Amino acid sequence: MKKFTFILILVLSIAISFTSCGKKAPKTADGKEVVMGFVYVGPIGDGGWTYAHEQGRQFVEKETGIRTIFKETVAESAEVKDVMRSMIDQGATIIAATSFGYMDFVVEMAKEYPNVKFIHCSGYKMAENMGNYFGRIEQPRFLSGIVAGMKSKSGKIGYVAAFEIPEVVRGINAFTLGVKSINPKAEVHVRWTHTWYDPAKEKEAAKALLDEKCDVIAQHQDTAGPQQAAEERGVFSVGYNSDMSKMAPKAYMTAPVWNWGPYYVDQVKKVMAGTWKAESYWEGMNADIVRLAPLTANAPDGAAAKVEDVKKKILAGTFNVFAGPIKDQSGKVRIPAGSAMSDKEQLSCDWFVEGVVGKVKGK
Amino acid sequence: MDISFFTAAVVAGTPLLFAILGELMTEKAGQLNLGVEGMMLMGAVVGFKTALITGDPFLALAGAMLAGALGALIFGVLTVSLRANQVVAGLTLTIFGTGFSSFMGQGLMGEVIPESMKLFFADFKIPLLGDIPVIGQIFFNQGMLVYTGYIAAIVAGLYLYRTSIGLNLRSVGENTAAADAAGIKVSRYKYIHILIGGLLCGLAGAYLSLVYIPSWQENVTAGRGWIAVALVIFCRWNPYRVLAGAFLFGGLDIIGFRIQKYDFHISQYMIDMLPYLVTIIILILVSAGKSSAGSPPASLGESYFREER
Repeated sequence: MKKFTFILILVLSIAISFTSCGKKAPKTADGKEVVMGFVYVGPIGDGGWTYAHEQGRQFVEKETGIRTIFKETVAESAEVKDVMRSMIDQGATIIAATSFGYMDFVVEMAKEYPNVKFIHCSGYKMAENMGNYFGRIEQPRFLSGIVAGMKSKSGKIGYVAAFEIPEVVRGINAFTLGVKSINPKAEVHVRWTHTWYDPAKEKEAAKALLDEKCDVIAQHQDTAGPQQAAEERGVFSVGYNSDMSKMAPKAYMTAPVWNWGPYYVDQVKKVMAGTWKAESYWEGMNADIVRLAPLTANAPDGAAAKVEDVKKKILAGTFNVFAGPIKDQSGKVRIPAGSAMSDKEQLSCDWFVEGVVGKVKGK
Repeated sequence: MDISFFTAAVVAGTPLLFAILGELMTEKAGQLNLGVEGMMLMGAVVGFKTALITGDPFLALAGAMLAGALGALIFGVLTVSLRANQVVAGLTLTIFGTGFSSFMGQGLMGEVIPESMKLFFADFKIPLLGDIPVIGQIFFNQGMLVYTGYIAAIVAGLYLYRTSIGLNLRSVGENTAAADAAGIKVSRYKYIHILIGGLLCGLAGAYLSLVYIPSWQENVTAGRGWIAVALVIFCRWNPYRVLAGAFLFGGLDIIGFRIQKYDFHISQYMIDMLPYLVTIIILILVSAGKSSAGSPPASLGESYFREER
C-alpha cells in the first residue's frame, strides 16, 4: 500500500511538472509574465452583465494565451481591495474592475500599487495607472427601442430599471427616443428596483408593469427576471447585456449586448508591448464593443429592415442618438435642434426625455 | 391598489413561507441553523438539474428537498454529534451551499424548465374556495406549491401543538436536560427536525428555481434565506403566524413597484426600508411584552452536553 501511494505521488508530481512547463506564458518585453485579474460584481452564471465580462475574459485567454484570475460576486465595498490585493499576490499585472461602485477603491489601490495597471468599467475617475472604459450602449438601446415601439399595440412599454444613476437614465432616454421614432405617442413606464441582481424582485417589478397593461418589457438589470414575467404573460420583451433568447423563447425579441473581448485583448497586448497608457475609453457600435443581438422571430415584421437602416447611419457616423431637438418630461426643449448632447451632459444626465413616465429622483 | 398586488404578494411570500417553516422546525429543537440561504441554493440547483434530466416535477421536488436535507445533515453532524458552535456551522453551511450551487450550476446558464413542468406548476382555481370574491382570487387561484405551503404551515402547527411528539420536541428546545431526563431521545429529535428543516429549505429554493424564475439564475435566492431567519423571530416561533408573516413580507417586498406610479411624496428608499422597519418594530414589541409565548425556545443555540447536566 505504501509503495502504491509512493508511486502514485511520483506519477502525479511528474504529471504536474509536465503540465506546468508545457506551455510558455506570454511575457512583456522586459520578461515579466502578464496576468490579468477580473473583479466581478455578480456570479458568472447571471446570464447578464457579469456573464458578458466573463465571455470577454475567456476571449482574452483564447486570443493571447495569458493567465487570468477572476473573482465573482465581490461586493461594492472595501472587500474589493482585499480581492485585488490577493490577485496582485497571485501575480496580476493588470486588473479589470467591472462595476461602477468599485471606483473609489480602485483609485486607492492604484495609488498603493503604482506598478499594477487598473482599468475600471463605467466610472469616471482616472490616475497614472488607472484607466476607465465603457461602451455607448445607448446606440443599440435606441435600436431596441425601435423594435419595441413597432411591437407595442397599447403604446405602453414597461422598463424595469436598477438605480437612478446617469448610466441607467441615459439608457432609458435612448430607448424612449427609439420607441418614439416609431410611435411618437408611446409611453415608457419606468419601475426602479434598487437592485442589480435579484431575479425574483425584478420579475415582480415587471409583473407590476404588466398589470398596468404594458405589452412590451425592457430592462436595465443583470438578470433575466423581467424576461420571465413577459414570457409567463404571453407578451414580448427586450433583454439586456447578453442574448437572452434561450431564457424566454416566446417573449424575447432582441437585446442591447456587450462585447468586451476585443477591448480586453487590446489592453493586454498594450501591456505586453509596454505601450499601455491610462485612457478613458468610450466607444460605440463602430468599435464593436456594443451590439444589438440578432432579432428573433418574436420581433415584428419589418423591424429588421428599419433597424438595419438606422444601424448603417450610426456606423457611418451620420446619426447621433442624442441629437436635438429633445424635450424633457415637462415639454421643455433641453437639447435644441441642430445640437446634440455632449459627452459630459450624457455622463451626468439626470432628467428623462418626453414620453418617459416615472421619476429620476427617488422622491 | 388592485387585487393583482395581493396575488403577487402571496407568490412572493411563498419561498419565504417554506424557508421560515424549515428554520422554525429546526429552532424548535433548540438548534439555530443560519445555513438557510445555503440549503435553499442547494435545493434550487439540484431541483433544477433533476427537472432538466428527468422532466418529472415530483422527482425534481424530491431532489431539491433531499439536497436541502443533505446540507442540514452536515449541520446536524457538526452541531449535534460533534457539538460545534451552531452559529459558525450555520454560516459555513451558507458559504458551502452557495459554492455548491454555483459549481453544480456551471453550464446550466440559459437552460429553461421544460414546458410540461411549467404547466404542472401553473396556477389553477380551487373549486368553491376559488369562487369567493377577493379572498378566492388572492389565495385560491395559485399554483400547486402555494397550496402546499398553506397546508405545510397548518400541519406544522397541528404537529407542534396537538401531538405528543410535538410536545416532546418543544421540551427539547426549551430545556434539553429536562427532556433528556424525561426519557426523550434528544439527539434523535434534534436530527430529525434539523433534517425536516433542510427538506423545507430545499423546497423553498426549488420554488424559486422551478416556479418563480423557471430558468437557471445563479444565486436566485438573493438573500431571502437571511430574511427567513429573521422572520422566524417576527412570527414568534408560531407556524400559524408564519402564514401571515410570509405573505406580509412578500407584499412589503414588492409594494414599491405598485405605488411608484402614483405621485406620492415619499422617497422610494423609504419604501425599500419598510420590511426592515417593520421587523425592528415587531422585535421591540415582542421583547417589551412580558409573556413567554413569543419568546425563543430557551435552549436555542446551546450545545447539549449530557455529561455536564
